[in-house]
Amino acid sequence: MAAQETSQSATFRHAFGNVLSFAVLLLIGVMAFSIRLFSVIKYESVIHEFDPYFNYRVTQFLTKSGVYDFWNWFDDRTWYPLGRVIGGTVYPGLTLTAGTLWWILNSINIPLSVETVCVFTAPVFSAFASWATYLLTKEIKGAGAGLTAAALLAMVPSYISRSVAGSYDNEAVAIFALIFTFYLYIKTLNTGSLFYATLNAIAYFYMVCSWGGYTFIINLIPMHVLLCIVTGRYSPRLYIAYAPLVVLGTLLAALVPVVGFNAVMTSEHFASFLVFIIIHVVALVYYIKGILTPQMFKVAVTLVVSVGMVLCVAVLAVLIALVASSPTKGWSGRSLSLLDPTYASKYIPIIASVSEHQPPTWPSYFMDINVLAFLVPAGIIACFLPLSDASSFAVLYIVTSVYFSGVMVRLMLVLAPAACIMSGIALSEAFDVFTRSIKFHLVGTTQNPQDNAGDATKVTQNDVKSEKSEDTVKERSSRKSKKDKENIEKPSLVSRVEKRLLVLPLETSVMAVFLLVLLGAFYVVHCVWAAAEAYSAPSIVLTSRSHDGLHVFDDFREAYAWLSHNTEVDDKVASWWDYGYQTTAMANRTVIVDNNTWNNTHIATVGTAMSSPEKAAWDIFNSLDVKYVLVVFGGLVGYPSDDINKFLWMVRIGGGVFPHIKEPDYLRDGQYRIDSQATPTMLNSLMYKLSYFRFVETDGRGYDRVRNTEIGKKHFKLTHFEEVFTTHHWMVRIYKLKSPRNRIRGKTKRSKSSLQKSGTSPSSKRSTRKRNPWQ
Amino acid sequence: MIKISLCLFLVSVPFFAIICSAFSEDRPTDRRVLVLLDDFAIKSSHSIFFKSLETRGFDLDFKLADDPKLALQRYGQYLYDAIVLFAPTIDRFGGSVDAASLLEFVDSGHDLILAADTSASDLIREIAVECGVDFDEDPTAMVIDHTNHAVSETEGHHTLIANDDFVNSEVILGSRKIEAPVLFKGIGHSINPSSSLVTKVLSASPAAYSANPKSKLSSPPTLIGSAISLVSVVQARNNARILISGSLTVFSDRFFRSGVQKAGSTTKHEKCGNEQFFVELSKWVFHERGHLKAVNVRHNKVGETDEPSMYRIKDDLEYSVEVYEWSGSSWEPYVAGDMQVQFYMMSPYVLKTLSSNEKGLYYTSFKIPDVYGVFQFKVEYQRLGYTALSLSKQIPVRPFRHNEYERFIPAALPYYGASFSMMSGFFVFTLVYLYTK
Repeated sequence: MAAQETSQSATFRHAFGNVLSFAVLLLIGVMAFSIRLFSVIKYESVIHEFDPYFNYRVTQFLTKSGVYDFWNWFDDRTWYPLGRVIGGTVYPGLTLTAGTLWWILNSINIPLSVETVCVFTAPVFSAFASWATYLLTKEIKGAGAGLTAAALLAMVPSYISRSVAGSYDNEAVAIFALIFTFYLYIKTLNTGSLFYATLNAIAYFYMVCSWGGYTFIINLIPMHVLLCIVTGRYSPRLYIAYAPLVVLGTLLAALVPVVGFNAVMTSEHFASFLVFIIIHVVALVYYIKGILTPQMFKVAVTLVVSVGMVLCVAVLAVLIALVASSPTKGWSGRSLSLLDPTYASKYIPIIASVSEHQPPTWPSYFMDINVLAFLVPAGIIACFLPLSDASSFAVLYIVTSVYFSGVMVRLMLVLAPAACIMSGIALSEAFDVFTRSIKFHLVGTTQNPQDNAGDATKVTQNDVKSEKSEDTVKERSSRKSKKDKENIEKPSLVSRVEKRLLVLPLETSVMAVFLLVLLGAFYVVHCVWAAAEAYSAPSIVLTSRSHDGLHVFDDFREAYAWLSHNTEVDDKVASWWDYGYQTTAMANRTVIVDNNTWNNTHIATVGTAMSSPEKAAWDIFNSLDVKYVLVVFGGLVGYPSDDINKFLWMVRIGGGVFPHIKEPDYLRDGQYRIDSQATPTMLNSLMYKLSYFRFVETDGRGYDRVRNTEIGKKHFKLTHFEEVFTTHHWMVRIYKLKSPRNRIRGKTKRSKSSLQKSGTSPSSKRSTRKRNPWQ
Repeated sequence: MIKISLCLFLVSVPFFAIICSAFSEDRPTDRRVLVLLDDFAIKSSHSIFFKSLETRGFDLDFKLADDPKLALQRYGQYLYDAIVLFAPTIDRFGGSVDAASLLEFVDSGHDLILAADTSASDLIREIAVECGVDFDEDPTAMVIDHTNHAVSETEGHHTLIANDDFVNSEVILGSRKIEAPVLFKGIGHSINPSSSLVTKVLSASPAAYSANPKSKLSSPPTLIGSAISLVSVVQARNNARILISGSLTVFSDRFFRSGVQKAGSTTKHEKCGNEQFFVELSKWVFHERGHLKAVNVRHNKVGETDEPSMYRIKDDLEYSVEVYEWSGSSWEPYVAGDMQVQFYMMSPYVLKTLSSNEKGLYYTSFKIPDVYGVFQFKVEYQRLGYTALSLSKQIPVRPFRHNEYERFIPAALPYYGASFSMMSGFFVFTLVYLYTK
């Protein structure tokens, strides 16, 4: 009777706990969404940065023309005159997701614009991602850890930096897909269900659609499988979790146009195939072991090992031959730079030139994952107590992602979920111990021993429950454990004794809980600050706070609006590739190169033009039918990521293809200088001239606030280019290529008297001449 | 009030239309010609030349070059379509006109005939230099030729040259061959060798040189031989045409009427070639000849008539363009066999000579190469004496759509067989394994 009562109350508590955790999850989702809205509130509902503009443009096309046209879209407005086959070169997951969202909303008569949907896709998916984190951590260490991890992930700054409202990039949905794929993998591993295995392959397909980072999954899971095999944890569940994923996943991945045959032909995927073979060999061994007597098995082992060795050697030889026959040894540059962090900066300037491909600094760890960095080791220890298949996966995940984040700052994003899971586990375990201690002491002091015993049984029953769930995780035979309740009761008594030993003093526990809550509070404060201040700027609108208030720099949109209103539809605009996506999306003009850096030669051509003297640059641009040249210049307002600071990459990339551009020509004492020490090549380069043309008119001495120096050459004229537009803060300057002279002069020097007037007339005609806004 | 202004507007619209059509793309021949003179005596002494212009329908407006009321444009509109500058000694133009405004007149597509002479002023020289022609810097120098001079009783310095070294171009000099040599007496000039726009129409003989005939040569002359050009034409990039002559007297009635006998030659021509030469040249300068226009640039897939917005690789397409030449009064079909079209993306992928139907239509058809990108149909037709035709039309070429590839490849049949036999074999195996015991 009493047992029934207690079980009833336990069911009630269980139900209550479920409702509570559901509510908590809901709130976590709301928080994950709303913490990312700072950018909309502080600025406006716009798409951010560079790549998101391209994704936005693609989504617009998708919603207008449909899936098939998107798939076959040949874009003639970028990479002029080569064009770009968009359908076959983008990861379509994000676009299709947002397009579907928009379509659903529209079909239920919620007429949101495509832009709005795109802006809010990332926050919505970060809510999904935190729920997926809950599921994954729950599979590893139970619901408490799951909730904690979900709450941590909902506001981890690293993830916020890529998923604020308006940051419409692949990572926005890819992190959700990544975590969800891992969840399904662990779920399959824990249940051995083919249903989840199939779902896992589909989730993997979604991940492949969304982000190039899918190679992380297809390498991490084989590593884990290998780890399980090596540590003697092979089980049929492992087989079911892995083998269908490789077969189905590879087939599905090959369906994505941008991956295609890469799914079976590049070395990033070879590890999975190798492990696929190994797991079959192991499965066979286990099978044979089951049907043979031990003596026969020994004989068989020697046979299989010898044959297996031969086979392995053969396969290895084939693999090595395959890899060696491909020119890059089967590795693409981006993945090579993962393994050898110095590879890219040594050999591929175009990869090294992107700031997010640089290794991170130590402070950026603290900035991006904050206190989690200290909780992770505790989480790893918790994962070893006890080590299950799932928790070993979590450990492997954190270890690999720490390595990758150390290679490339962008991959900090992959580390963030792992760190959240680990910290969630650590926090939850810690709270578990402390609250248990507190409860034990409180109960122990207020109640007499008899009641205490009853209570203790209650506690033990709960312990049994939790242990049971742990056991189910371990044993994967829940039905069996239900039947043999009595059998488990005995060891649980033993564990109760053990747990009594783990009880900490009351004061220590209270203090520790208090400190942990404080730590969590600091984390929350930091996250909100990061979301509000550090990661919300859309980068197309800049603000600066000074003593006389807030300054807003909206120069980019000003320039793009000028282009779209004042130039012909088919005009080509040349700029460094950073601004390609924005120009096509916002100004709707054809560009020569853009952020999809697929053609190094083309980029090198533009780099060469920018680092050449005026005449040579004019020839290059004219051969590409360029009408306008756009440069970004921060010298007047102190905007540091302008083209002069990027100039070394133009020289390096240009010089990499066209050897007549030599970097030492631009260097004085090993530095790029634009002051009076600058080299003549530097002062004559197009980039210098276009950046500093008429700059001296602003303050009379040409003081560059980014380089903190006076410029070297102040007064000069342009012969082949003319300034047509300069934005309010001079951040974007647009020049037009002059058409070739109508007549060709004779050789005689012009006499001064006769042509004084004609010499001054062109400058007086310039109508767009602007006054310095600071005077 | 509104009504009145509306009426005014309605009245003024056709008026503006008339003004605007005065010089149009459709009728490239000049109509209103400003003749700037040193003094009005030239009007009568060069009357044959002027008369020939007037009979051809030009509206000549004679003005002194230093006329204080001289103006080339009013309210932003040019008053003239061409200028004949027969004022070699002028130092400063009257009114608002100066060298720069004259060059701007040329740069806006108008024509110019410029005649210098022995006493040519700096102003004239400067204009010539801006057009790519360098007159001999020695102001006293004349072109002297001791072998190709005209036989003359009065002139002993051999500065009266009889020359027949014409440019070989029917479009510039007309189809009728100029039989008699041209008499020339004046200064020579050289042209900028790097300039593709200037053409020597009448060059001096290899024995000529440029020096002061009245003094002894102290240093070797700077201009010698056939590097000296006597009469040159310039066609600017905007197809404005300029005639530069080192002598004003060559246009005069005296030279036009005079007979000529070349030294060392026995044939005495009744009439020298000057009249024919300069009249034909003026026809060319005033766009009565050699002015091409291209219209109706069309392209379409073979078998279709509409112009697509995008082609696919390996499409067959047809390209056609109509080219006409202005004859002075109407557009006549231009017939040539050397017009080519390029299918161009950074370099020409297809280069084809266009076939002509002799009625001005040029056409061809070709297969698009197996390369996608943004291509251009380019016709770059630059021939001596003709206006430059430079047509380009952008057209993107896309790769195959996903459903334009062949569905089944015969070569892959073994693989199809392998996979299907594998599937059926597995199915049979499953049945056998599960249901036999």
